[in-house]
Amino acid sequence: MTPQPHELDSFRKDVAAWLAEHRPADPGFLLPQSFMEVSTDQQLDFLREWQHKVWSAGYLGMAWPRAYGGGGVDPAFQSIADQEMRRAGVPICFNVIGLGWAGPLINDIGTEEEKSKYLKGILSAEDIWCQGFSEPDHGSDLGAAQTRAVRDGDAYVINGSKIWTTMGNYARYMILLARTNPEAPRKYDGLSFFLAPMQVPGIETRPIRKLTGEYGFTETFFTDARIPQACRMGDEGDGWKIAMKTLQYERGAEAGAAGGLAFVRVSVDDMIDELRDVSRDGRPMLEEPLLRDQLVGLIMEEKAMALGDRRSAIAPLTTDYPFSLPLSNKLRWTEYSRRLRQFAVGAQGAAGSFYVGDDAARQGGFWQRAYLNSFSATIGGGTSQIQANIIAEHVLGLPK
Amino acid sequence: MSVIGSTRLSLGEEQAMLLDVARDFCRRQSPMSAVRAQLDSPLGFDNAVWRQMVDLGWTGIALPESVGGSALGVAAVVPVAEALGRAMLGTPLLATTLAAQLLQRAAPGAQDDLLAEIAAGAVATVAMLENEDWGNTRYQVSLDSENRLSGVKMLVWDAQAADLLVVVARDGAGETVLAPVRRAAVADAALAPHTMIDETRRAARIDFTGVQAEAVIAGPSVLSALRDYRLLGALLVAAEAGGSAASCLDTTVAYLKTRKQFGKLIGSYQALKHPAVEILTAVDATRSFVYHAASVVGEEPLAQEAEIACRMAKAQATETLCHAGDRAIQFHGGMGFTYECDAQLYLRRAQWAQQQFGDARHHRTQLAALLLD
Repeated sequence: MTPQPHELDSFRKDVAAWLAEHRPADPGFLLPQSFMEVSTDQQLDFLREWQHKVWSAGYLGMAWPRAYGGGGVDPAFQSIADQEMRRAGVPICFNVIGLGWAGPLINDIGTEEEKSKYLKGILSAEDIWCQGFSEPDHGSDLGAAQTRAVRDGDAYVINGSKIWTTMGNYARYMILLARTNPEAPRKYDGLSFFLAPMQVPGIETRPIRKLTGEYGFTETFFTDARIPQACRMGDEGDGWKIAMKTLQYERGAEAGAAGGLAFVRVSVDDMIDELRDVSRDGRPMLEEPLLRDQLVGLIMEEKAMALGDRRSAIAPLTTDYPFSLPLSNKLRWTEYSRRLRQFAVGAQGAAGSFYVGDDAARQGGFWQRAYLNSFSATIGGGTSQIQANIIAEHVLGLPK
Repeated sequence: MSVIGSTRLSLGEEQAMLLDVARDFCRRQSPMSAVRAQLDSPLGFDNAVWRQMVDLGWTGIALPESVGGSALGVAAVVPVAEALGRAMLGTPLLATTLAAQLLQRAAPGAQDDLLAEIAAGAVATVAMLENEDWGNTRYQVSLDSENRLSGVKMLVWDAQAADLLVVVARDGAGETVLAPVRRAAVADAALAPHTMIDETRRAARIDFTGVQAEAVIAGPSVLSALRDYRLLGALLVAAEAGGSAASCLDTTVAYLKTRKQFGKLIGSYQALKHPAVEILTAVDATRSFVYHAASVVGEEPLAQEAEIACRMAKAQATETLCHAGDRAIQFHGGMGFTYECDAQLYLRRAQWAQQQFGDARHHRTQLAALLLD
């Protein structure tokens, strides 16, 4: 049943009141702006406690079935909770690969057993999930993955390595894409999909130091690691199909995510407020004509995306290319946010050359770090260039 | 207060119906062969098609029921304008709709006879521009104490087809006034058609010296009506340009899917794919801005929210069409350089549309003040 407007309104007030009361105090260390930036145990413990608190209050996984730890209510409630969390500027719900990708996948195509085993732990933050798709030699070309899974009795033996495993060092489970049949005529048909345990002998992780100097990703090595046969999802050879479905959740093209903030969304508003007092040529920055025009451009770009979200819900206004807005969502947002942060660093004047750790850095070097980190989103999950290919082929119908 | 502001965007039942009907009408009435057949005609449109549009009630969409309109507001003209742009169908609908809005907003209730004529199919237009500056508001064309005009207007949109011209002038006291004039009151020799870069468009230079005004509309509402006229004009031209940009993209994509070079379809090259996606994104943004603006233009005079929305729609739409048209020529290769290729129609339309009601620079400068000060 569609919720009534007054129900949603009063729910919004409840969430806002709860957030005002329970928002965590400043921990005294820089918090990650996205789930790809969890660098220390201190940050992990903090975020784990926060997500657990949000879930316990009933504001996470609201549309997932009650039987598996969800709230069993209309998704409209979750989107209100998310909006309020964003408005309140509270920390992220960091278990994103579980909440946003693995969870919806299990909900949609998992067996009863898989749902009972995994979903609740995703919501409560007890079980952290990671993703084993990319490999050192195969980044955006996922179909060429070489990590092997060889059937041996009631187990698969895994050999190979994965890279860019977000929170690989903390995760209990991995959604793993591995090759079960190297002889398959099409490379895509030789892949299978696993909900693999991480705490087994033969799996090692090595943290990757990012361009910011921090951590957040690992490289993951499999050396004769045995995982139960039962953790294969779907049939052998279904891996590509399931991985593509997972990417649909990741790119925001398919609904079903548990909710919560996956990243701190930085708005052009925040930037303008922060930079209002920057001086340029002896006058306030906001009086400089060229800069003003560039700001108008950024404001319009951000507004166009917010309006696009509205328009995509109105069928008669999406008839030309019905999948254009959902399929380009990732490309538009990540590229915009990279450019916004780049602009924010440049617009600071000489202060733009300070970095995190310098007392004189604006907002502790927030924009500088945010800019360097923004590439995780324009590269991860399929680079912007690959996204453009996908849109050209699947939306405009251009040839491969 | 967020600089992003309102994100209202909705589509009413009547708007959805008009969108459907108008797209279907334009598809049937205005294939490219019909568009090309009008390129060197005096009026730039087929009168039989125009009569059908009048019969469909499109000239009265935004007019009150008391004068024979359907009182749906300018918001409901937006989907029609978009459809016209998509089909590159040049008719006086936009000029007429906007002239009617100017009259109605400047003197509510006082010009009902003229509005009734317009709803019934009389072509109307506004004579405003006196030089190249769309931002100019100091008019030189003057009105004497006996309501006789003096001076020259340029780029009077659809003047050749107009039955009624609304002249923006200053009176003896220097106040801005509106002077409706019958076409019959203007000597043929006083009207000199311009040669337009967009051959689907018609406009003329008119010397109004000695022409007797039908009436004079004065008072404070004139200035706010002119402000609304410019903003609604920007919105309708944006809607039309958005439609043209969408079909320009379709034309380019169709070519990329069929043209082979070096043994491959050229659409498989990323150097062409990626810019095509950029155009798609810009077309998407245009459509979002246009229908957002349509969702917030309900108040008279227009609220600041509507001003921001109309300016953004215009800036986005015409920059998009300019870019889409420019790339359409380039991506068609040698073919794109010919008169025969439809890409030139879009490129030429873009040059006209970017100026009409102010270019993107003009609107972005105004937006900077509205958003940042």
